[in-house]
Amino acid sequence: MKGLRIIVTVKQVPDTADVKIDPKTNSLMREGIPSILNPEDKNAVEAALCLKQQHGGTIIAITMGPPQAEEVLGEVLAMGADQGVLLTDRAFAGSDTLITAFTLSRAIMKLGKYDLILCGRQAIDGDTAQVGPQLAGFLELPQVTYAEHISIEKGNAVVRRGLEDSTEWVRVKLPTLVTVTAAVNAPRYPMLYNVEAACDGSRIIIWGAQELKVPETMLGLNASPTGVKKIFEPERKKKGQIITGDPKDMTGILIDKLQELNML
Amino acid sequence: MDFKLTKQQKLTRNIARDFARHELEPFAQEWDEKMEFPREAIAKMRSLGFMGICIPQEYGGCGLDTVCYVLTIEELAKACASTAIIVGVHNSMGAYPIYLLGTDAQKKKYLSGLAAGKKLGAFALTEPNAGSDPVSMETTAEQQGKSYILNGTKTFITNGGTSDIVIVMAYTDRSKRGKGITAFIVEKKFKGFTAGPKENKLGIRASDTCELIFENCPVPATNVLGPFGGGLNAALEALNLGRVGVAAQALGVARRAMEACVTYSRERKQFGRPIADFQAIQWAIADMATEIEAARGLIFKAATLKDQGASFATEGAMAKLYASEVAMRTATKAVQIHGGYGCMKDYAVERCFRDAKVIEIYEGTSEIQRLIIARDVMR
Repeated sequence: MKGLRIIVTVKQVPDTADVKIDPKTNSLMREGIPSILNPEDKNAVEAALCLKQQHGGTIIAITMGPPQAEEVLGEVLAMGADQGVLLTDRAFAGSDTLITAFTLSRAIMKLGKYDLILCGRQAIDGDTAQVGPQLAGFLELPQVTYAEHISIEKGNAVVRRGLEDSTEWVRVKLPTLVTVTAAVNAPRYPMLYNVEAACDGSRIIIWGAQELKVPETMLGLNASPTGVKKIFEPERKKKGQIITGDPKDMTGILIDKLQELNML
Repeated sequence: MDFKLTKQQKLTRNIARDFARHELEPFAQEWDEKMEFPREAIAKMRSLGFMGICIPQEYGGCGLDTVCYVLTIEELAKACASTAIIVGVHNSMGAYPIYLLGTDAQKKKYLSGLAAGKKLGAFALTEPNAGSDPVSMETTAEQQGKSYILNGTKTFITNGGTSDIVIVMAYTDRSKRGKGITAFIVEKKFKGFTAGPKENKLGIRASDTCELIFENCPVPATNVLGPFGGGLNAALEALNLGRVGVAAQALGVARRAMEACVTYSRERKQFGRPIADFQAIQWAIADMATEIEAARGLIFKAATLKDQGASFATEGAMAKLYASEVAMRTATKAVQIHGGYGCMKDYAVERCFRDAKVIEIYEGTSEIQRLIIARDVMR
């Protein structure tokens, strides 16, 4: 194999876990909040960089969003990716996860052959974890989610999946799509050395609906089947109880409490 | 007029912000307390390009503009003002003078190592009896064959103990006063060159400030930096850039103090409600925000003038004067808003307060900045 061609999907998100919700529009209020590269997408980029270090190849980062989403591509290029693709068009606005995945799939088809698509598990603004799997669906690729470790062996990806109560090892033939969690690695910092080259415009392609040759009826808000009925901030859970005393007393209190709650 | 940052500038700021938040902020208080030089953080910054921000790529630097430089220093200072000055002095006073004035051979020998951060740079002008008045310096350099023999003592030198390469000002002809001072590139390993112990300072405590002693220290004649007798001009030129960097450092400290007040005043309840509800607090924060924005304007103006190749000495002095005094005012008010907690080491405003005082003094005191500005305005 002559090096890997890896595509990484990335998203620009607000820099906070504490985003306020506009009750009138049912949307996230992003004004005045700085934007960052979604943390688990950063893990996906790092995973791609590590695989490139081992096997050689090319890394293409792709994002969809308003024109300023180009900023996260700059960051990914400064981390060491080779090329960025920005999908931006008014026609894309309001896309739900399905139409986002569809639009990304059309752009990826246009990019040509690839060995591996890496995605962050989920974005910190929506937390849906849907785009990766849906993208695999549109591209008719096998998918492996929740990756905590990835290696490439003889044309296969060997992935360790971190599940809630178990660990699963999966061997899958390339090309495939893998979504990664934060446990997969510790992402490197982008380098100031790379800033000049990342920003000279030569390494970022910008595509709209026209370039993707997709009719506008299949894009954006109107094509999206998801309607947001209501969005709300979850109520804060009740405060926990702290048990004090010597270990023997504390154990007794704990057992009583658990029995009271029918948990024992 | 366009107040927007370029793509390069935004990306640079984001990189510096992200790094500072994770690699400096969690440790800054401990470094300050223990007067600990942030060796590991500096090593990481070296590999990322922080040590050669404006130096062209052909010499191993990042080739970024001065606005990128001030944005970087501001973000670093917001997390740790000491780290900001270590990086700032290295870039503007260690590497930059060699880029500006060095011969090709000097650039090859010294600049690449500095820009890549393999060597740490420092700048030595101040002496025990020559602070704001550099012409009264006592360090001499006497020619002896193909070398100059340095004798004298420099004081309060940032990066003094940890640096590998120091730009040193010395008299080659005292009778010519300001025109008899020459700049030398001096390697720490040169014979007769020693650094004194680290000073125990009020603020900026993690940076390594110390005395440098030259006792019959031979420096090759090839290490004369810039024109012979042109050392003072070289120093002033480097100080112009250094000051814009220090202004950005002040801005970072001021922002940190203000943001701490915003958070604290929302959490702290007195008289049954958060103190943020009181106009006394709101007005103080409004004044801080306004002054911070004004300081930022001066800093960006000076940096932009430099990038355009225009003179920026007066604007640099204005930026340094104003931003450092804004940092002091903001930090003082911030401690007051925090009340008793503001006097505790657990709160960042306590450190901001001590750091801001130092920033008002080094790289030219407020009084010297006013002198520079008045000379230009009243000439």
